Parts: sequence; structure tokens; C-alpha cells
Amino acid sequence: MVAAAIILGAIAILLAWPVPAILPGARWAYKRPTLGLLVWQLVALVGGFSMIGSLVLLGAATFASDLPDAATGMWRFVTHNELPEGSSVWSLLALSGALFLTVHLLLNLLVTFVYAERERARHSQLITLLSEPMTDRPGTRLIDTPAPVAYCLPGALTSVTVLSAGLIALLDEEELRAVVEHERAHVRLRHDIVLIFFTAWKASLPWLPTARNASREVALLLEMHADDNALKDVSRGSLARAITVVAEGGALPQRSELSAAMPESTPKELRARLLRLA
Amino acid sequence: MNSLGELERSVMDLLWASAESLSAYDLQAALASSEASGRELAATTVLTVLSRLEKKNYVVRERDVRPHRYRAASVRAEHMADLMHEVLGGASDRTAVLERFVGQVSNEEAETLRRILAGR
Repeated sequence: MVAAAIILGAIAILLAWPVPAILPGARWAYKRPTLGLLVWQLVALVGGFSMIGSLVLLGAATFASDLPDAATGMWRFVTHNELPEGSSVWSLLALSGALFLTVHLLLNLLVTFVYAERERARHSQLITLLSEPMTDRPGTRLIDTPAPVAYCLPGALTSVTVLSAGLIALLDEEELRAVVEHERAHVRLRHDIVLIFFTAWKASLPWLPTARNASREVALLLEMHADDNALKDVSRGSLARAITVVAEGGALPQRSELSAAMPESTPKELRARLLRLA
Repeated sequence: MNSLGELERSVMDLLWASAESLSAYDLQAALASSEASGRELAATTVLTVLSRLEKKNYVVRERDVRPHRYRAASVRAEHMADLMHEVLGGASDRTAVLERFVGQVSNEEAETLRRILAGR
């Protein structure tokens, strides 16, 4: 039990710090964003489970020799208020740590989800009042502003792509299609959900710099993933020009209102997105 | 975006365009004349839309006259500014991103970028 707890703890520490510190900027991930996203999701999931698991094993190690034994001991404590033989204050501390961490992570996920949904609904209302549907592009609305803006607003039933008049004026037909396909990919592939999990992770562990890196890097990989989907329809040159125009005058096609204060794309991220199109 | 949303937009457009507050009947008449078919909406529908908009703080109801009159809570440009602020994340100088970006690329990368951007 103690050995297993130590191994799990080591995995948790590896996945909480060195791995997320090394991963950002990996060439293989930029080449294949789907693989990169898969690895990040595994790192987060396995990291969380091993962190909680090692605390449980550590706490149970003093009074149990295997897992069923540990479960019986904990159950008796809950139902009969009876401390298992051999348990110490340390086992209690480790077990309540595990419980606290579990509740903390789930609660943060819930809060992030509710907050994002409320923001989305409010934004959606504003868009309904301020933009008009484009008759020649279903599911797309036009907003009359000179800033070149394009983004998608994912929804449970209907998703909307918003384009600005300023963007349409700056892009040719194929570049515009690149933007629209990019946004559609975000919606179709449910990128908003992936992002919410990583935003929640960042919110739960703000003291962990790697959780912050992770959500930025995942956001960048999601952009690249959407770029790849747009490339099925348009040429690399058109996509690259569209990315540049949007970065110049507006946000990168990113749902900033959903990602809860995800800062705008940095020059480094923009460069990574453009160079991989070569 | 449903037809109720489109109706809300039509009502807000009328209120934003109007210098004075309007009653539900004024709005009902204006909506009927703007509708191509001239189809008149039920007064209750207009009142439903108005109460929805009031609840969401887009519309202010003046209760001291009968029938109640409605006006837009703030001008359209203000809502548009809010929306843009949300979308653009509040950064004031967006072109700075691109300038810093250009400053950061090496000569070799700049050549690659020129090639990508010129490609059709």
C-alpha cells in the first residue's frame, strides 16, 4: 500500500509539474494537434486521479493491507463512527485531504461551467439584438462594426458564427471561407467543452503555474485543430492571410467570453500557428 | 436564434431609433407597417417581448402614464461597445500584437512567412 501510494504520488508530481512544463511548444503536438490535445487531456485526467489516489492509499496504509480492507475500514468509520485499528492522525489527514481535493475539483468544474453558461446566454442575447442573420450563409450573423472580428458562440441546440462587416471588407472570398470553416470546426468539434475543463483546472489550482500553461497551450492547440479543419476547404495561403488579418484588428478567432479571461494571443502563439502552415 | 429573438431585435431597433418613449400599441403598429405582409402581431405578443426585454434590462418601462410607455435603457452604440469589449478582450492596441510579432521572427522565418502568405 505504501509503495503504491508513493508510486502514484510520484506520477501525480510528474504530471503536475515537469510534464506540463516541458510539453508546451512540442513540435509533434503542433504537427498533430489532435494527438497533442489527447496527451494534455490524459495528463490532466491521470494527474488528478493519481493525486487523489495516492492520498487515499497513504491514508489507508496504516490500517489496511489491501483496497477492500481499506474500503471496509473507511465505511465503518462513516457508518459507526469507529476509527479502524491502527489508524493515526496522519491517515485521517491524508484521507480528508483526498476528500477535500475531490470536492474542490468537482465544485470548481461546476462553478466554471455555470459561469460560462451564464456568460454565453447573456452574450447570445446581445448578439441577437445587435446583429442580423446573413441570408446567404445559414447559421451566420453579421455584426455592423469596422473591427475585423470573427468568432463562434457554441450553444446546446444552435451555434452561431458571428462575422463583422469590417472583416468581410478586408478578406477575399476564400479567406472568408477559411475564417468561417475555422469557426465551424470549433463548434462542430465541441472545443468549448475541452476548454472549460482546462479553465476549471486552472481555477482549481491557481498556485500551480503549469495549470495556467496548460490552459493556454490547450487553447492554442484547439486553434491549430480548427486551422487544420479549415485547410480541408481552403489553401494554406488564404488561411494564413485570414489569421493575420484577424490577429491584426481583433481577437484571434477565440471565444474569449467563454474561456473566462483567456488573454489575447501572444506573438509567439501567432508565429507557431502561421509557421506550421508552411 | 429563434423568431422570438428576431422580434426582440425589431422592437429594440424601433426603440433605439425613436427619440421618445413608445407604447406597446405604437410598437405594434410600427411592426405591422415594417412587416412586408402587413401582418399585425397580437398586442399580447408585443407585451411579452417588452416584458422579457425589461427583465433583461434592455428596456425601461415608464409606469406613470397609461398605457405604459417603453424606452431603450441605453443607446445601441453603448451595447455594441460592450459587445466588442467582450470579444476583443479589452486590449486597446491590437495592432501592437502584430508589430511585436513581426519584430520577433528571424530572417529565415520571415522568408517562410512571406512564402505562406503569398501562397494561393
